[in-house]
Amino acid sequence: MAAIDIAGVSTVYPNGVRAVDDLDLAVADGELFALLGPSGCGKTTLLRTIAGLEQASAGTVGIGALDVTRLPPGDRRVAMVFQDYALFPHMTVAENIAYPLRVRRASKAAQRDAAERMSGDLSLTGLLDRRPGQLSGGQQQRTALARAVAADADVLLLDEPLSNLDARLRLEARTFLKRLQRELALTTVFVTHDQAEALALADRIAVMDAGRIRQLGTPREVFQRPADMFVANFIGSTPMNLLPGTVVDGQVEFAGTRLPASGVPGEVTVGIRPEYLRIAPDGVLSGRVSIVENLGVTSLVTLDCGVPVGVVVPEHEEPAVGDELRVSPAPGRVLLYGEDGRLR
Amino acid sequence: MTGFVLRRIGFYVVITVVLAFFAVPMLWLASAPFDARPGLGIRWPDWTLSNVRTTFEHPFALTSLVNSLILCAAATVVTTVLAALAAYSLSRVRIPGRDVLLYLLLLLSSVVTGTAAMVPIFVLMLQLGLINSQLGTALVIGGGMLPAAIFILKDFMDSVPRSYEESARVFGARPRQVLGHVVLPVARPGIATIVVWAFVNAWGNFLLPFLLLRDVGKQPAAVLLRTLNDEGGSANLHVIPVFSLLYSIPVVLLYLMVSKRYGFRFHGGIKS
Ligand SMILES: Nc1ncnc2c1ncn2[C@@H]1O[C@H](COP(=O)(O)OP(=O)(O)OP(=O)(O)O)[C@@H](O)[C@H]1O
Ligand SMILES: [Mg+2]
Repeated sequence: MAAIDIAGVSTVYPNGVRAVDDLDLAVADGELFALLGPSGCGKTTLLRTIAGLEQASAGTVGIGALDVTRLPPGDRRVAMVFQDYALFPHMTVAENIAYPLRVRRASKAAQRDAAERMSGDLSLTGLLDRRPGQLSGGQQQRTALARAVAADADVLLLDEPLSNLDARLRLEARTFLKRLQRELALTTVFVTHDQAEALALADRIAVMDAGRIRQLGTPREVFQRPADMFVANFIGSTPMNLLPGTVVDGQVEFAGTRLPASGVPGEVTVGIRPEYLRIAPDGVLSGRVSIVENLGVTSLVTLDCGVPVGVVVPEHEEPAVGDELRVSPAPGRVLLYGEDGRLR
Repeated sequence: MTGFVLRRIGFYVVITVVLAFFAVPMLWLASAPFDARPGLGIRWPDWTLSNVRTTFEHPFALTSLVNSLILCAAATVVTTVLAALAAYSLSRVRIPGRDVLLYLLLLLSSVVTGTAAMVPIFVLMLQLGLINSQLGTALVIGGGMLPAAIFILKDFMDSVPRSYEESARVFGARPRQVLGHVVLPVARPGIATIVVWAFVNAWGNFLLPFLLLRDVGKQPAAVLLRTLNDEGGSANLHVIPVFSLLYSIPVVLLYLMVSKRYGFRFHGGIKS
């Protein structure tokens, strides 16, 4: 068990790409931590830098009390699950799971023992003598996880562990992963570009962009108060409404309406999540319904209030296209972003 | 309609001729060794085993086959071990001009160990004192096969995902363990291909052993075959057929063994 302490780390690839850029991050002992961000933002690189597969060009990486910046991957007491799982195709499931023990020259009996114990924990019993090629995606994923857990490391690193699974299996695996992590109390960092996954699983989230962390916080904080417009855009299953507005004498003017607001006068962007707008007869925003998209138990309604405004409404309140609708934001859920894009 | 039939007939005639072209030597190889009066044509034999006895009593026939085995085994080991290590490094380490280097080696190797380089190779080996040395000859044969072997194997190594090795490294495997536990086993079909290819190549190599091994007692089967004459100086047909049959057995066995275990994947340059 160990915390991870990353200070001022940059990772530059030989071709000059600065994939991780002067990044600070502390992951607490036993925490389930998610790295979230769009494709190419450096998530995998950061994970590989923690694992030692990439060398940090600057800064230090600490795991527990140890500075591991210059240590090879095998000496860092980390275990990693790769996106393609990297199960060895010529070994059976049992041999794969026991591989970390084989490297340490544990006895054959101890290896078999570990494989059996792990397979029990991860519902792989009965598959031990198969080869990875004969497993389903979910079983491969659990085998990779079992192998990582068998390594008895201090830190578990997962690179998009669920992305190769279909939607249904992914939900199962998610629950499974969370339970496993709780039971083992293993410091875990996982990479994902699926924000629903990050919100559902993680104790804390770091949203990355271009090699830097844009926001770090609990899923609730990140969802409710995105620190800047990049995060606001990125987080949420429906895109946040970002409406141009102006602050003048204690009020903010946007989309043909006014709301009380503090702060210095000037141009702002008003951010309201579609989920935080509800239909009300005395609503401050009004417009004509232009699009209705079914999301299952809710619908995403687009109102034309001069600018398009998205509203999530429950199924029993679903309006028809062309209706006039009044909506108002939930108290305290209207966010103002300054001209630099940061939350004011 | 008649056009179609004629075309069919023509097709089968061509196929038959081509087939006969390949089948006749095979049939000869099957019948001549056991014929009391073997000739160069094929005919139904007067069955006998006396040719076999004659061949076994020939002073150099069996020795030369053993020599062939030793020579080819050594050349195959040299080629496979060096090619596997070189292909792995070339596949994993970025060196500027790596591909040019590979193509150049491949191109030169066919020149360097061929007829064109006969004299320089002879002089080189003479000065190294490796004339008449089986190991020396194996090194030259192996060296000649090396570039092509590296080229084919590098392709196999390229198709082994890096994440296998990285995964092993994260679990603490040292470089030697990564190679032994992961890379070599995964590349095994490729290595098997190279073993067969190198062995067959070396087995059929006439020029280099002929050039470098002066002592009849050290010459391999491919070279000895040329000297199997009777007292009158014409080809000894009581020995040659049996000898040829024995000569072809190891190669066929190796093919069968490897093909049973791995299947074949001859496709240098093309990814599966
Ligand atoms: N081996 C490499 N050599 C050079 N540049 C690389 C290498 N790997 C990644 N990069 C670059 O580094 C940047 C970050 O890549 P990284 O793989 O960390 O992104 P990511 O956040 O994991 O993306 P994704 O969600 O698509 O997996 C990208 O711009 C990428 O092009
Ligand atoms: Mg990635």
